[in-house]
Amino acid sequence: MKAILALEDGRHFVGEAFGATGEQSGEICFNTSMTGYQEILTDPSYRGQIVTMTYPLIGNYGVNDIDTESNCPHVKGFVIEELCEEPSNWRSESSLQSYLKNNNIIGIQGIDTRSLTKHLRERGAMKALLTTENISPEEACSRATKSDGVVGMDFVQEVTTEKPYRWDPDNTLSREWVLANPTTKPEEKNGKDYYKSLTEIKYQIVAYDFGIKKNILRCLRREGFSVDVVNARTSAEDVLSMNPDGVFLSNGPGDPEALGDIHAEIKSLLGKIPVFGICLGHQVLAHAIGGKTYKLKFGHRGGNQPVKDLRTNAVAITSQNHGFAVDADSLPASAEVTHLNLNDGTVEGLRSNDHPTFSVQYHPEASPGPNDAKYFFSEFAKLIGDSK
Amino acid sequence: MPKDTSIKKILLIGSGPIVIGQGCEFDYSGVQACKALKEEGYKVVLVNSNPATIMTDPEFADRTYIEPVTPEIVEKIIERENPDALLPTLGGQTGLNTAMDLVRKGVLDKYNVKLIGANAEAIEKGEDRLAFKEAMIKIGMDLPQSGVARSMSDALTIEEEIAEKTGKRFPLIIRPAYTLGGSGGGIAYNSEEFETIVNRGLDMSPVTEVLVEESLLGWKEFEMEVMRDRKDNCVVICSIENLDPMGVHTGDSITVAPAQTLTDKEYQIMRDASFAVIREIGVETGGSNIQFSMCPKTGRMIVIEMNPRVSRSSALASKATGFPIAKIAAKLAVGYTLDELPNDITRETPACFEPTIDYCVVKTPRFTFEKFPSADPTLTTQMKSVGEAMSIGRTFKEAMQKALRSLETGRFGLGADGKDIPKSNAEELLSKIAVPNAERIFYLREAFKNGMTVDELFGMTGIDPWFLRQLQQICEAEEKIASNENDLTIRKAKKLGFSDRQIAHLKGETELQIREKRKNEGVIPTYRLVDTCAAEFEAFTPYYYSTYGDENETRETNKKQVMILGGGPNRIGQGIEFDYCCVHAAFALKELGFETIMVNSNPETVSTDYDTSDKLYFEPLTFEDVLNIFEAEKPWGTIVQFGGQTPLNLAADLESNGVAVIGTSPKNIELAEDRKYFSALLDELGLKQADAGTATSEEEAIEIAQKIGYPVLVRPSFVLGGRAMVIVYNDQELSSYMRSAVEASPERPILVDRFLEDATEIDVDVISDGEISVVGAIMEHIEQAGIHSGDSACVIPPFSISDKIKEEISTASKALAKKLQVKGLMNIQFAVKNEELFVIEVNPRASRTVPFASKTIGVPLAKLAAKVMVGEKLTDLGFTKEITPDHHAVKEAVFPFVKFPGTDIVLGPEMKATGEVMGIDSDLGMAYAKSQMAASCPLPLGGNIFISLKDRDKDKAKEIIKDYHELGFKLFSTEGTAKAIKDEGIPVTKLFKLAEQRRPNVLDMIKNGEIDFVINTTSGDRNPRADEVTIRSSAIANGIPVMTSLSAAKASSMAIRSLKTMDLKVKTLQEFHIG
Repeated sequence: MKAILALEDGRHFVGEAFGATGEQSGEICFNTSMTGYQEILTDPSYRGQIVTMTYPLIGNYGVNDIDTESNCPHVKGFVIEELCEEPSNWRSESSLQSYLKNNNIIGIQGIDTRSLTKHLRERGAMKALLTTENISPEEACSRATKSDGVVGMDFVQEVTTEKPYRWDPDNTLSREWVLANPTTKPEEKNGKDYYKSLTEIKYQIVAYDFGIKKNILRCLRREGFSVDVVNARTSAEDVLSMNPDGVFLSNGPGDPEALGDIHAEIKSLLGKIPVFGICLGHQVLAHAIGGKTYKLKFGHRGGNQPVKDLRTNAVAITSQNHGFAVDADSLPASAEVTHLNLNDGTVEGLRSNDHPTFSVQYHPEASPGPNDAKYFFSEFAKLIGDSK
Repeated sequence: MPKDTSIKKILLIGSGPIVIGQGCEFDYSGVQACKALKEEGYKVVLVNSNPATIMTDPEFADRTYIEPVTPEIVEKIIERENPDALLPTLGGQTGLNTAMDLVRKGVLDKYNVKLIGANAEAIEKGEDRLAFKEAMIKIGMDLPQSGVARSMSDALTIEEEIAEKTGKRFPLIIRPAYTLGGSGGGIAYNSEEFETIVNRGLDMSPVTEVLVEESLLGWKEFEMEVMRDRKDNCVVICSIENLDPMGVHTGDSITVAPAQTLTDKEYQIMRDASFAVIREIGVETGGSNIQFSMCPKTGRMIVIEMNPRVSRSSALASKATGFPIAKIAAKLAVGYTLDELPNDITRETPACFEPTIDYCVVKTPRFTFEKFPSADPTLTTQMKSVGEAMSIGRTFKEAMQKALRSLETGRFGLGADGKDIPKSNAEELLSKIAVPNAERIFYLREAFKNGMTVDELFGMTGIDPWFLRQLQQICEAEEKIASNENDLTIRKAKKLGFSDRQIAHLKGETELQIREKRKNEGVIPTYRLVDTCAAEFEAFTPYYYSTYGDENETRETNKKQVMILGGGPNRIGQGIEFDYCCVHAAFALKELGFETIMVNSNPETVSTDYDTSDKLYFEPLTFEDVLNIFEAEKPWGTIVQFGGQTPLNLAADLESNGVAVIGTSPKNIELAEDRKYFSALLDELGLKQADAGTATSEEEAIEIAQKIGYPVLVRPSFVLGGRAMVIVYNDQELSSYMRSAVEASPERPILVDRFLEDATEIDVDVISDGEISVVGAIMEHIEQAGIHSGDSACVIPPFSISDKIKEEISTASKALAKKLQVKGLMNIQFAVKNEELFVIEVNPRASRTVPFASKTIGVPLAKLAAKVMVGEKLTDLGFTKEITPDHHAVKEAVFPFVKFPGTDIVLGPEMKATGEVMGIDSDLGMAYAKSQMAASCPLPLGGNIFISLKDRDKDKAKEIIKDYHELGFKLFSTEGTAKAIKDEGIPVTKLFKLAEQRRPNVLDMIKNGEIDFVINTTSGDRNPRADEVTIRSSAIANGIPVMTSLSAAKASSMAIRSLKTMDLKVKTLQEFHIG
């Protein structure tokens, strides 16, 4: 079936639909990761967005139950060059097209994703419409123009948990998945899968769920944190009443500036308890300490972004997914920029000199992407330990 | 971290001659390293014996030694140069082994030279099987069950242990330590094979050590190209997945970048493992290649090996991503860190990142089994391919089909091109699928067409179903194109990689009709940038591939453009020498202010470095693909005479479609191949040639042969490298040849020449600007006429011919250049017999000897030729007189026999050499001695020599035999030759002939290491006696030098005398050419 991808600036692409049919609008952005489409689809930070993959061959290894970052895909649409309908991987449980269909996500293939990417690089991220309806491209473009964008949008309320919950109380979800290895014999086996054993719980923390990725929760638990996940609009008072050892601010979708009420709550946590933020959590924290964020032209989405740790000068290749960034000039003197993106010099990490608080713009939990920055989870543990 | 300023002078070791397993990728990496280090202000001292490399051009290093790459010679260079550091990781296994020898001998300590890039401990750990295994266990890696054997009894014990642990005895893999491209290794399926391969492996390993291990046959195979800097920043440049599963050497596998069938979790586990490996092995800076295998059913992942240096795969990864691994490795070695170096392609982002690509890359190996009919064409863990082609497409299907037509094996995609293999019977088909071979991919197509399923083929081949399904989709599309199904438009077919030729074949039309049709429909290729970043950033380097997308990324230019057509994948007869010429053309024309466009499909080369030309098109060298580029770029001129036969074969069609070929006209190049025209031309110029005729049938050939007299040299017209060229001695041999040769080249007639036995062969390279012609060099062959010029050793200046003949050669060469209106280079082969000069053949194009001649005389002939082609005059360029150097230079050919055990090493008119070396010295004997050393066949200074001569040689050999006796050799021989030697009053020990079945015979002595040198001239028949072949091939397998002609034996005695009477001295090319 024919599908149209229409952009608000009048450009359109005609391709073939796969997955669900219908019509969806959202902000279109591109991701340069060559692997990890399943993680990307299920990352709540993509709420409201139509994602295109720059790597042209997608679906090769299918879809499985383990490589998910939330309970369902969040993208508004998925745009690729060539779909692999018959995946090949020993872990594959279903094909990409049936996964999207079952989750009611529209996919489009057979379009020139490099042309699209170049267009977005030059013109910036923009509103787009993905439709399988029998309408003219012009009509599709005009519908794209009329759709809501992401600036000023609060997608967090759509993805945050309604009720607080304790993450993985049975210790079954957080173990690190590893490959079979008869030479070193991994500790635990479950069906065909092998896992590393979990460490003991050392600290109790509260995680604000702005659209949290499961792998962040897994990484926190592996580091010895027991995590209580709470709604994005939980008051500082309520959080403190839970008497946690620390507070974590999660990743999430949309414009950080639109979350003014949350900024205020976080601000009142500062100094009272160690705080660690990732991605949207980092941006919210920046606002809480008096800084500002701005929209990047086309964002950072991929698994090859070099980030320099200014304290050690070491470079990590990082997994990123953000369309907004913290404005370094807006930060108060009490905040220190700890990490910079080597491609464009944007702020990638912050630390407060007054409070036990730090944050990173990128994704130390990886998934998808490199594991180079995993050390932040143990830094958080150390921060809590030091502040006791 | 800034660069290391305590270092001023750096020694770089090149990889020597092109051999199987070590190709021109190390020229590419060496050139990048030289440039990078010079750019930083270091003095670069280079040693490499291969004259056909760009790196040995005098401008790339400060001090260039074209000397043998052996520890002894490199020590002399160190003594003379006193470098501060040695960079061992850019010269392949040869560079690494030589550096390690120098470490072990204490040479580096003695002269206070430090190893940079990788230290000795890391190299040892990465290369030594046992140390590597221990390191892998330490970092928690899974490993195949295995053990290291230093003897057969060790090996048998290990075999039993593995069987106990895995519950399976065979197959087992045997890998000898420290050999190139896995030489001497293999897979044993039974205990008999096991013993044979273990024996061979122990023999060939310089440390007598083999690894016996659990077979991972059929597992998936991956490679990771990793870089690390001294601050421990690690990045993966490229992941590669092999289409052929474990069991086929990665150099012989079809490989794909990036990895296709790994989830992100699996990929990241492999990435983390790669870093753990490079850290544990301790490679401080630079690139390493780490190979993994993965069980397709359980995901068990095993590190197979790592190379603590740049490799063939890193060259491929560089070309596949645009990230210059060798250049960056050189900069990291002198102290920089990745974040301090810019990404050349995007300029604004740093080199500290991981390239992400938005296309698919396929590499296909190029084989030449037709040259070695007795070699086993089964693909195993020992590398057998001699070259490779790479292609880029937006999808695997597109890239795969482009790769197959890039191979230049006459195919235009995955079959459906009118050249399909004849339908095989079911049994044959199954065996061609189950047993890896060079054509397996085409048999897979046939299997799909016969209705076999992906599952069935996966079961038989272990090729991942993902790849199989992709191939099947190509086959399905083929059916649709053939049946004119509406939904398979031309545009769709092109997106699937179908060539016009395939579509034309399927639709029963001509290629040009299809071309016309699709152009009318607006279906023209779009050129896309290889930009390291999937379009996230703007790219500045114009490195293109074609695909059928929405947008074209080519850039308009105001400058005059010249397109240079490269030589495609390396093969025997067309290798690095032609790439050398293409690179020179690019450099020369850049100097003149032209914009150059390079077209090539060979990832190993310097020509496909994005730095070499102004624009690079990584494309197949077919009529369709080249004409497409022409139509997109509209270059002012196109050079076809530098890339060997590949571009010449396209020249006429390109010209008739509007391409302006510059230099000698393709028509004249073709005329020189036209027997009738050429004979008339020689008559007109008063030049002689051996009696000859042209035959189109067997009867005609015999008639001609009888008229001109046997022996005759027969060959099809229009071939390079003497393909299918043989000398026949009687009607019977001729008949049998005619039946096979007509198949070799159907549209062209067969040439029959009188064979000038025992004549001296001369090669001449001439340059002409249309007004004057200058002889570049006259080269005298050591081997007599009849041995292919590419296989023959040759010498500048000539050493035995008279001044009169030299004068005649010079005059004749210039007359021929004038007559053929040569603008550029021309190569002529002459034979001299009894003071008479015969023209053997003329090729009005760049030849294989151009780099050797250029380096000997100190004049860049290819550069001058390129300038002449755009209208410059030799007078203005300052080259008007032939140069006769004071020194002597010997070019020696290097052969792959050791990779094809049991193959006869006797040379003939069909070229078999993969590479060449050069020996240069003020003494001819010493120059020859150096050439033999460089070719890894150092001449012995004494010891036991085995001599066996054909009857006709016995008389002529007297002087030579005496010489060896006087040099102190102890002579051994079999009956006939022994008698001839005894008759001269020279002591000789008679040995039993192999056929006599009595011991000890010469084979025993060879195997026991009791023979140091063999002179064995062939009986001359097309079918040599089996025992001769056995003697020669076992001598080669045991590393004993073998001379198969009297002339070579004579040159060797002269060389041995020089070695015994004078000091071997080393000297730079720069010093030789000071004046």
